[in-house]
Amino acid sequence: MRRPFALCAGVALLTLIVLAVLAGPLLWSVPPERMDLAARNAGASLAHPLGTDQLGRDLLARLMAGGRISLAVGGAAMLAAVALGTVIGVVAGMVRWLDGPLMRLTDLFLSLPLLPLALIAVTLFRAPLAAALGPEAGLFALIVGVIAATSWMQTARVLRGEVLALMARSFIAAARSAGTPPLALATRHILPNVASAIAVSATLAVAGAIITESTLSFLGVGFPPDFPSWGRLLADGTAYLGDRPGRALWPGALISLTVLAVAYIGDALRDRSDPRGPR
Amino acid sequence: MIRYTLRRLVFAAPVLLAISLVVFLLLDLAPGDPMAQLPLSIPPEVKAEMRRVLGLDAPLPVRFGKWAWQFYVIEPATWIDRALGTALTEDRPRMISWQTRAPVMDLIAQRLPQTLWVVGLAYVVGILLAVPLGLWSAYRQYSAFDQLGGAVSIIGFAVPPFFSGVLLILLFSVHLGWLPSSYDTTLRVTGWDSLLAQMRQMAMPVAVLSLQTTALISRYMRAAALDVLGQDHVRAARARGSNERRVLMRHVARNAMLPVVSVIALGLPQVFAGAIVTEQIFRVNGVGHLLITSIQAGDLPTVQTITVLLAVFIVLANLAADLIYAALDPRIRYA
Amino acid sequence: MTLRIPLILLTLLTAPPAAAERGADGDLRILYWQAPSTLNPYLSGGIKDLEAASLVLEPLARYDPQGDMTPWLVDVIPTPQNGGVSADRTRITWTLREGLRWSDGSPLTSHDLRFTWLYCTAEGGGCAQAEKFRDVIDVETPDPRTATVVFNQPKPFPYGPFVGPQSPILQAAQFADCLGPRAPTCVEANFAPRGTGPYVVEEFRAGDVVRYRANPEYRDPGKPAFATVTIKGGGDAAAAARAVLETGEFDYAWNLQLAPEVLERMEARGKGRVAVAFGSLVERVAINFTDPDPALGAARSTRAHAHPMLSDPAVRRALSMALDRGVMTEIGYGRAGRPTCDLLPPPEGPDAACLEQDIPGARALLDEAGWTDSDGDGVREKDGKRLHLLLQTSTNAVRQDFQSIMKEWWRQIGIATELRNIDPSVFFGGNPDSPDTLQKFHADLQMYAGAYDGGDAEPYLATWSCDKAPGPENQWQGANVSRFCEPNYDALVQELASAATLDARRALERRMNDMLVAEGAVIPLVDRGRVSAHALDLEGTAVNAWDSELWNIADWRRAAQ
Repeated sequence: MRRPFALCAGVALLTLIVLAVLAGPLLWSVPPERMDLAARNAGASLAHPLGTDQLGRDLLARLMAGGRISLAVGGAAMLAAVALGTVIGVVAGMVRWLDGPLMRLTDLFLSLPLLPLALIAVTLFRAPLAAALGPEAGLFALIVGVIAATSWMQTARVLRGEVLALMARSFIAAARSAGTPPLALATRHILPNVASAIAVSATLAVAGAIITESTLSFLGVGFPPDFPSWGRLLADGTAYLGDRPGRALWPGALISLTVLAVAYIGDALRDRSDPRGPR
Repeated sequence: MIRYTLRRLVFAAPVLLAISLVVFLLLDLAPGDPMAQLPLSIPPEVKAEMRRVLGLDAPLPVRFGKWAWQFYVIEPATWIDRALGTALTEDRPRMISWQTRAPVMDLIAQRLPQTLWVVGLAYVVGILLAVPLGLWSAYRQYSAFDQLGGAVSIIGFAVPPFFSGVLLILLFSVHLGWLPSSYDTTLRVTGWDSLLAQMRQMAMPVAVLSLQTTALISRYMRAAALDVLGQDHVRAARARGSNERRVLMRHVARNAMLPVVSVIALGLPQVFAGAIVTEQIFRVNGVGHLLITSIQAGDLPTVQTITVLLAVFIVLANLAADLIYAALDPRIRYA
Repeated sequence: MTLRIPLILLTLLTAPPAAAERGADGDLRILYWQAPSTLNPYLSGGIKDLEAASLVLEPLARYDPQGDMTPWLVDVIPTPQNGGVSADRTRITWTLREGLRWSDGSPLTSHDLRFTWLYCTAEGGGCAQAEKFRDVIDVETPDPRTATVVFNQPKPFPYGPFVGPQSPILQAAQFADCLGPRAPTCVEANFAPRGTGPYVVEEFRAGDVVRYRANPEYRDPGKPAFATVTIKGGGDAAAAARAVLETGEFDYAWNLQLAPEVLERMEARGKGRVAVAFGSLVERVAINFTDPDPALGAARSTRAHAHPMLSDPAVRRALSMALDRGVMTEIGYGRAGRPTCDLLPPPEGPDAACLEQDIPGARALLDEAGWTDSDGDGVREKDGKRLHLLLQTSTNAVRQDFQSIMKEWWRQIGIATELRNIDPSVFFGGNPDSPDTLQKFHADLQMYAGAYDGGDAEPYLATWSCDKAPGPENQWQGANVSRFCEPNYDALVQELASAATLDARRALERRMNDMLVAEGAVIPLVDRGRVSAHALDLEGTAVNAWDSELWNIADWRRAAQ
């Protein structure tokens, strides 16, 4: 599989997953929250192709509903975290007097444990966000915010390192002596040269966001119980791993496939943005 | 270089104090409470008195001042006392955990060995696997090895430990019966038998944790190595006819390690904080377990101390990473 | 809960067969997935800590699995009949058994009892069990074997101090320098208290592991059968069940609240058995009688504003009628639960009519009360008030299932439900600065479980009196989270406080339970048992929901192969 194929495979896989969770309900119209108390913990059947959970809810329908939430959280949190991390990393690398303070801020965030931070965010911001955006969108924004706030640091550190190295290179020095303003220097010379690092960070950030969301659900500060996400389905299904492995394996496989697809795309983008082209 | 190091060290002190303050204030905002795990049959007025005895009703500046004094002065002095047999801290109150009413630092010291054994070893194993893996994946880009390694490492990264850990236990403890599912912290390695027992009980948690490390670091290593492979000096070396092995080791590996070293150094402090989920699943009961149980029990002094200690290590690791960076890359010059 | 002393005494004297040999059965491995954090029950109050301490520290009397009091370090339980309790109910006199010794060989005397009282009531100690010593003004020690607890007012139920795992006896010699504010400085004593029980602490690692060895001074020379005991902590309930039932690494595991199917499947592997015991723990939905509307600001969830919808008894009744408690029990608890409509288990068994789900009945009741779906959106309204309720609870797999299923049933009767789950450290923390606590109750309904300590339900039932309502005037500290206020009920609380005979007390407690349920102050769901698992070859265990589960560990033994 050469570069174009990697990109194609990644894009195809991701498109397939996105289509399945968005358009799937048109083909499989069972509502994910409907309970069939007579068919609790049922195995695969025509009525429930992937079986049901402990309340008789259809696993296939819940996987599709969960996918919408997980993909949205993964995408939104990745964008927020990578944007924040890029800005902080590039500024810290370019502006010497801001380097120290920004890196100490990064240290601070690295040391904060996720759970208390999430609890603080819920306490402080849930009510205002719910009032502004409605209870569901408010909670979504809150969770994306918490994930972004706890996952931008790696990107920032890596980018700062890369930018520091770049700043010592001759073509940057040349651009600076030619009077290129800092913003143009950043967008024209710095960003294209650190794009590969950004792509790798973004890939990891999507995976990280989906996993962090599952951890938040696992720890009980994620979405409420009537919102299935893949992470939550996986956490709930783990208890039944010995008996009904499908309940955990399906969401687990979907998370892995999504991350894999994003990784392929990230790799291909990395190669394409390489100014020297492929070897 | 030396001046730079000294300057960074001098600046570290106020920075640490500032970070402690922010961490302290932030965690103080957290809505948990030390009375949360008591049965509801204990009446509210008794709980109110217990809170008062824990010093919860004191104003925030007083609590922070007391904590910072204990953290930065009393605790180090206690260690000096223990090491040298002096009596600097006699009868000075130490930092007390609300949950156990014992000194926080003693609890952490009790938990560190198992965390270092398990999480530390997993980190080392993960790095030792990731560096060659990433390097070879980049060198043989798009080969079957690269594709397979990429897929495996991504899946390793995408599977949360609460799932992979349980999977391993079901396989190796329940079905095969080869490995214990529970980590015995009282085991002392005294001979071959106990060493074997220690290896057996570490096998699964180390495997779960190193999978994550390998996945993360091999991605960075591969990307960095690809960058270097495309650079002029590598092409020049090749054009000069240097053999491939020499090119790979001297030019590619050395330069690609630059960004990766910072990732490795900066991940190191996290080893101290342990691995919350993995420690819980295998009952390793290290620092990560102490942190999560303290959070659940609203044991603020313990949570604050672990968090600030982690911040201290992060600041130091950061410093170390910068210095290594400077040593490895002579192009970076610091004022 | 009657005092069937002679019977208990008889079983105690005759029970364990074959004179065993102390320490013959080797090591006993117990798993408490919530690890003990201290072994001093007066500093902690957490159940895990009380139970780990109960191997070492003992009270004068314990509760057996039926909830009956059984003498432990005394020969008889003092009662008004045998003269142990004074006629005016202000004094209770305990006489210690002969020859009791601490594990260091020194004798246990009434002085230790007096000291324990002083320890728990010392200023600045923050004793978690202070409630047990409420109204005690003195502990007199006429001779080394006799102690009289003196109350400042008549105590119809004088068995608070020194009864049950909450108030065992500490050794005066060990804790003499640990009174009041000095309590936390005695780390060694708190982590390894000396006791009279079957085991002594060998090593304690807070939050991780406790190792015990048999007490050489234990009063029964043939016991305990196990030479050493290890209580390991960590992990979660599923992992703990697995370690006993699937891998056989441990002999006993505690508190296994798991999905019934999961537990059954593990048990089917044939390595161990699941045991259940019932006490007073009832999972319930509490109703907010005050208006939690955020628009009210400081007056939110206070007595100043009655709840716009739940003040209507028909709505409260309909909420309860729409539930199928049998199905809920089956889903959430299996054998470890019993559907119930009462807070105190009724002697004649649960009321079958109440347990029956009645959705048409609930709909009819709401129609009758004027709640109708006028705009056809599936949710009923009345006077511009829409039946949309917020149900909050702590984060817990079973509770989240219950939330989902109740939401579905209530949807069927035209009530919309919004769900919220809150981290238990916040929900049960009672921190007045947090909006998400059980006490603040910024929701319409909330689900949790409540229980009372062995013996006496009076303090428990008194929590529904008007003056116990949390609010801004008492910094939101109060046990009446529903802010239920009914003068007739308060009158019964007063009556119970002075009712002297046990029969009269039982009858009153029944009436109070019935009033709470009939008024819809609370919707009881499931009577929850304690679930534990033990290895097949471990004999003598008796899961006990009224006392420590390890209460009779001296009798545990390994079955002969």
